Amino acid sequence: MIPPSFEYHRPSTVDEAVGLLSSLGSEAKILAGGHSLLPMMKLRFAQPEHLVDINRIPELKGVRVVGDDIVIGAMTSENAVIADPVLNEKVPLLPEAAKLIADPQVRNRGTIGGDIAHGDPANDHPALALACDAVMTIAGPNGKRQVPASEFFLGTYWTALEESDILTEITVKAFPPGAGYSYKKLKRKTGDWATAACAVVIAMSGGAVSHIRITLTNLGPTALRAHEAESILMGQHVSDALIRQAAEQAMEICDPAEDLRGDAEYKTAMAGQMVQRAIHDALSKAS
Amino acid sequence: MNAPVKTPEERKADLQGMGDSRLRKEDARFIQGKGQYCDDIKLPGMLHMDIVRSPVAHGRIKRINKEEALAIPGVHAVLTADDLKPLNLHWMPTLAGDVAAVLADEKVHFQMQEVAIVIADDRYIAADAIEAVEVEYEELPVVIDPYAALEPDAPVLREDLQGKTEGAHGPRDHHNHIFTWEAGDRTAADAAFDHAPVKVSQHMHYPRVHPCPLETCGCVASFDPIKGELTTWMTSQAPHVVRTVVSMLSGVPESKVRIISPDIGGGFGNKVGIYPGYVCAIVASIVLGRPVKWSEDRVENISSTAFARDYHMDGHLAATEDGKILGLKVDVIADHGAFDACADPTKFPAGLFHICSGSYDIPAAHCSVKGVYTNKAPGGVAYRCSFRVTEAVYLIERMVDVLAQKLNMDKAEIRRKNFIQKEQFPYTSAFGFEYDSGDYHTALEKVLDAVDYKALRVEQEQKRADPNCPTLMGIGLVTFTEVVGAGPSKTCDILGVGMFDSCEIRIHPTGSAIARMGTITQGQGHQTTYAQIIASELGIPSEVIQVEEGDTSTAPYGLGTYGSRSTPVAGAAIAMAARKIHAKAKKIAAHLLEVSEADLDWEVDRFKVRGNDEQFKTMADIAFAAYQQPPEGLEPGLEAVHYYDPPNFTYPFGIYLCVVDIDKGTGESSIRRFYALDDCGTRINPMIIDGQIHGGLTEGFAVAMGQQMPFDEQGNLLGNTLMDYFLPTAVETPTWETDYTVTPSPHHPIGAKGVAESPHVGSIPTFTSAVVDAFAHLGVTHIDMPHTSYRIWKKLKEEGVQL
Repeated sequence: MIPPSFEYHRPSTVDEAVGLLSSLGSEAKILAGGHSLLPMMKLRFAQPEHLVDINRIPELKGVRVVGDDIVIGAMTSENAVIADPVLNEKVPLLPEAAKLIADPQVRNRGTIGGDIAHGDPANDHPALALACDAVMTIAGPNGKRQVPASEFFLGTYWTALEESDILTEITVKAFPPGAGYSYKKLKRKTGDWATAACAVVIAMSGGAVSHIRITLTNLGPTALRAHEAESILMGQHVSDALIRQAAEQAMEICDPAEDLRGDAEYKTAMAGQMVQRAIHDALSKAS
Repeated sequence: MNAPVKTPEERKADLQGMGDSRLRKEDARFIQGKGQYCDDIKLPGMLHMDIVRSPVAHGRIKRINKEEALAIPGVHAVLTADDLKPLNLHWMPTLAGDVAAVLADEKVHFQMQEVAIVIADDRYIAADAIEAVEVEYEELPVVIDPYAALEPDAPVLREDLQGKTEGAHGPRDHHNHIFTWEAGDRTAADAAFDHAPVKVSQHMHYPRVHPCPLETCGCVASFDPIKGELTTWMTSQAPHVVRTVVSMLSGVPESKVRIISPDIGGGFGNKVGIYPGYVCAIVASIVLGRPVKWSEDRVENISSTAFARDYHMDGHLAATEDGKILGLKVDVIADHGAFDACADPTKFPAGLFHICSGSYDIPAAHCSVKGVYTNKAPGGVAYRCSFRVTEAVYLIERMVDVLAQKLNMDKAEIRRKNFIQKEQFPYTSAFGFEYDSGDYHTALEKVLDAVDYKALRVEQEQKRADPNCPTLMGIGLVTFTEVVGAGPSKTCDILGVGMFDSCEIRIHPTGSAIARMGTITQGQGHQTTYAQIIASELGIPSEVIQVEEGDTSTAPYGLGTYGSRSTPVAGAAIAMAARKIHAKAKKIAAHLLEVSEADLDWEVDRFKVRGNDEQFKTMADIAFAAYQQPPEGLEPGLEAVHYYDPPNFTYPFGIYLCVVDIDKGTGESSIRRFYALDDCGTRINPMIIDGQIHGGLTEGFAVAMGQQMPFDEQGNLLGNTLMDYFLPTAVETPTWETDYTVTPSPHHPIGAKGVAESPHVGSIPTFTSAVVDAFAHLGVTHIDMPHTSYRIWKKLKEEGVQL
């Protein structure tokens, strides 16, 4: 990596980090796992004058249970998410989906918070956060605040984070008992972003759908939640036809950008495929 | 008590000679991170170079302003074509008889072309400084499509060639035309087509791809102004040729130029040519009197160094109604990019493309290849193949499939019917190649039995009949013949130097040995396998034989490693050098045993007096005697040099079968089975052969299923990073099943034919054959590569296949 020169800062507390960001202003970038920022710096697309490395802040790492809440530190690595027993028991979608992110080397460094805070619709955690009704905890110059995932993703590379904010925690609740879940991701190869991906959480009660989330990755300027598609299935006894209908409804909200992975038509069609497959897979795990 | 006497078989096993799967000598250093690559070279006072590259694909350079860059502390020089002009180094000759700009001279011809260089104290300052060099371009119309390039009113790309109606390979009939090269007999081929009851034609594009070695290109040039000596460490597959060219270009006597190819992280043809970066680093070192390092990054490697393929091919077959091929005609438009910088033997501007009659007995054939300039990077190298053999094999294997479909014949049956028969070898093809040996029928039946071909066809029929089946199943079959081991100097040369190769062996007094070669390993495992040949020839254990390559000051002159030529050419040189030593050793043994040479028999590692097992001298005994008490009239020492000029190419072949399942919903393809039978003649190290085949199949998989270099209309290369350019990981790579037959080459001293490239050449059309086969029941005869999910999905949609 041959970036332009920059100043490197390594705070040891969140307060110190927020203080640095406040004083350094817009020329500072937070360095989390670095797997989005460093490639951009390598190509000199990003040329921050200051890097604030938050890897040595212990309070940002690990998974805690607080009452009904499961609190995931923003600097928890993907591999830590995959290995975490609490997440595997209570929110198994997250570890399962994290296995589909990049490769083991990247997952050793890449963090759940970095993945979310970057605001890249191609990243996987935004759609997963929407599927899990996650709440983001943000530390800023004026203290802490909480923003639900549904209000966090505002546009491509644009989130509810202000210039001097740090995403500190992601809070989720345990899935309803017997819930099924799935993340289906079509990609060209290991390490690639999704051509199209879909997360589904579904719970059944008396043979009918009692809880459902359908969310999409890399199919619009932000991660998307397919509300209309969900309402087609909510309260219903599911059938192949209904699932197909939900998928078609989900395709309606897709607005993907054309690139070498395919054009908008293909990606939208793949969204439909991923939605159907994720619903079928989630149903097979539901009880 | 005497030590137990080992049997000849035990002694033979101890040698780890030919046929032994001895572990690779190279791996100990590589797996411990102890390889020494170009970028590991650090010299005192070394400066760093970076290159200013063109953002536009075609344009006139109006102005270059170096001032701001030169003002950056730590910048030593900024050089442009104007600075190289007085040295006459702003252009350089290519291996194909053209010239290529070293630094863009008034015009740029492709995106990322080298425009200026910066030399600085460190890599970071150099990278900062290239951003400070201001270049103003006047954009010119861009030509990406080679057919458009040949339109009468197409923009003139090479103004430096304007008015030149004669190129290196004959007349030029258009300003963007490079050459037209023909082989075979057009009249005979036309006659065959005139009378044939069945004719098929197919257009196909073999896309532009890049060899993309894991280590990118680079060098460290170090000129010693006191001694007038130039030493350059370089990522080169052909260091001796580079030395000759560098001497010719720089005027430094060849004896004072030393090129060292250290460990090389893969070449695949990408490291055969001489790039502007090398020339500039050398010039900078000479001008500044300090060592200069240049290491390109991935984007630079993919964008500007030698690509492969980019052949637009029209194939035609004439046949009888029962499938006997009567004639072949091929017309190719070859996109060579901005400069003709193919690396082919001088007389063959389309390489050995005329091997395109394949494994088949085709009585009449003709091919014509037209080279064309476009606004793309130059290249056209042999990417893990012999010169243009991949294109040739793809063409004929696709055409045979197309013919089979037209006649509603089975793919295996039509091949059986047209194979060159075992008894016909040596066989002279309609294009004039003399195939050395082969037994295609035996190999084909072995593969069909191994995979139960009939059962696969039954399964396919059942799946086609079931509209609810979520997949399309395709079976690909390829029966290829390669031509490798360039080559006989009567036909093959590079810049006038015959394509021989060389070996020098020295046996030390204590019976160990060193061999120095004109080739250079880039992952092939020469240090392991070359030693095995010597071990078998001379009875010295492989373990005590050192193999050295790549340093032009110590190794004998050779043409390098590409085109599967190391074993066919250098491997033969080893055997021949060893046999010279063997002959001398026999004289010494006769002297020591006080018998005549005629009374001696060779057994594994020793000469024995015939009829008396107790009386013998091992090669170790003889080696010591060679230095201590050679017979009167014989020079002391035990060494030999051999330059081997092969009498012919070698012709490895293989039978590959692939089963693919295509997801009707997403277009994803899953390689369920890939069975590769290779016949490379005598097998030196079966483990390394398997490794070579696995690697070649994986690269073939990459090419067929994903690699592409798409350009937009402005000539921007889309996808020049590893995010987009497909290098499969272990996750994507299918499971390979390998098999073999052994048909030795009759003209090669040890019967070996070369193997590293067969799996690449053979597998690519196998994948296409399988993918097309999945659609064959819908009347589809061909689908161009790469077979990405996206492209397959579009085909599914076009054909109305839905889940």
